[in-house]
Amino acid sequence: MNFTLKIWRQKNRTDKGKLVTYAVSNIPPDASFLEVLDVLNGDLVRKGEEPVAFDHDCREGICGSCGIMIEGRAHGPNRKAATCELRMRSFPDGDTLTVEPWRARPFPVIKDLVVDRSAFDRIMQAGGYVSVKTGQAPDANAIPVPKHHAEEAMDAAACIGCGACVATCPNGSAMLFVAAKVSQLALLPQGHAERKERVERMLAQMDAEGFGSCSNTYACEAECPKQVSVQHIARLNREFVRATAL
Amino acid sequence: MSKPVAFLSSSVGRKMLMALSGLFLCSFLLVHLYINLFLFKQDQGAEFEMYGHFMATYPLIRPLEIGLFAGFLLHGVIGIWLWIMNRRARPVRYSVSRAGDNSTLSSRIMWATGTVVGIFLVIHVNGFFVQSRFITPERPMFEIVREAFTNPWLVAFYLIALAFLAYHLKHGFQSAFQTFGLRYSRYERLIEFVGMLFWLLVPLGFAAMPLYFLWAY
Repeated sequence: MNFTLKIWRQKNRTDKGKLVTYAVSNIPPDASFLEVLDVLNGDLVRKGEEPVAFDHDCREGICGSCGIMIEGRAHGPNRKAATCELRMRSFPDGDTLTVEPWRARPFPVIKDLVVDRSAFDRIMQAGGYVSVKTGQAPDANAIPVPKHHAEEAMDAAACIGCGACVATCPNGSAMLFVAAKVSQLALLPQGHAERKERVERMLAQMDAEGFGSCSNTYACEAECPKQVSVQHIARLNREFVRATAL
Repeated sequence: MSKPVAFLSSSVGRKMLMALSGLFLCSFLLVHLYINLFLFKQDQGAEFEMYGHFMATYPLIRPLEIGLFAGFLLHGVIGIWLWIMNRRARPVRYSVSRAGDNSTLSSRIMWATGTVVGIFLVIHVNGFFVQSRFITPERPMFEIVREAFTNPWLVAFYLIALAFLAYHLKHGFQSAFQTFGLRYSRYERLIEFVGMLFWLLVPLGFAAMPLYFLWAY
């Protein structure tokens, strides 16, 4: 397969950046999108040009490192898939694809397609933890957890922190990410001791980083590679009321 | 930080004020629609006038009226504030956007539909409320309505504005319940059903009035 890629090139944080057009050819249909960038970078290096910088690590959809806006869709057009899981057979042969980094004020571009997502780390540091001394593993039945709570907490915990929710939200809101983290701990007994402080601190950090606010477009849920549901945002809102109004 | 300060200083708290004021305005729409339905009664507006007189003279209505203006103001001011903050959160826009693939148009253009409804409201309040309360209080409201709605241009303007209101309510009504954290519960289907009735029937009810006057007089 052959493709024309219009890729965002930006030397550093202060560079203005622009879209540069590249042609890639003889791509197997089963190649992942990141492998196409690998092929392109091989060509660029052989020509003595600067390769395209992009984040990647596990390449099996569990680490949350990769994240690229492809033709106006976070992680490309497929649902339930990170950029590394996107296969080129998802596009028609000869297609032109515009490839851009995540765009949000709290996610500044470092280089080309790589953005600084440490704002997420700071939100986690503000309260996304349980501060108890860990001893030995407790007996399996010592802390009863209803089955549906365990399931929902697990669904929230599936969040890999890739930032697609922020990237696709028309408001650049991080509510789905924060909701997944707050919800996961609010559902389990271990998280109950600090649930009020947690939601207040994490939301305050989210606002301080400059993320927008949620307007319930649900674009985040549609683009989330882990299908984290916006019902967690509803729970986050309830946790917020519990902490500040009750 | 005290609780009310913590509530108001959070973007989530401001959104809840947005949702609260929005639902308050929805409740006003119902009252407004109920009274206006008497325009259809074949009594040359006698009963409609009775309600209008009650609204203009009953002392308990004044604080409600002021509350209503405050509600509109709050909804508008927070809306503009959130819109500015949200625009700031993405200083560099995408060169290609396919937002239609993952969200509804009504949810993305609340700022635009809200602005149109806001402008309509100024014209509407000036045309009816200000006229009947301050400029020509002796003139029957029914007369003012009949004069306005026999003008086809004004009727067209009302219909367009009501379409925008419907689109605003389509997202706004159910969105308010998500903001309160009440969706995704046993009430989900009820909220969706009532939401659909609301955004379809309330603007249709209002739209029927100018159309009726244009046709009947």
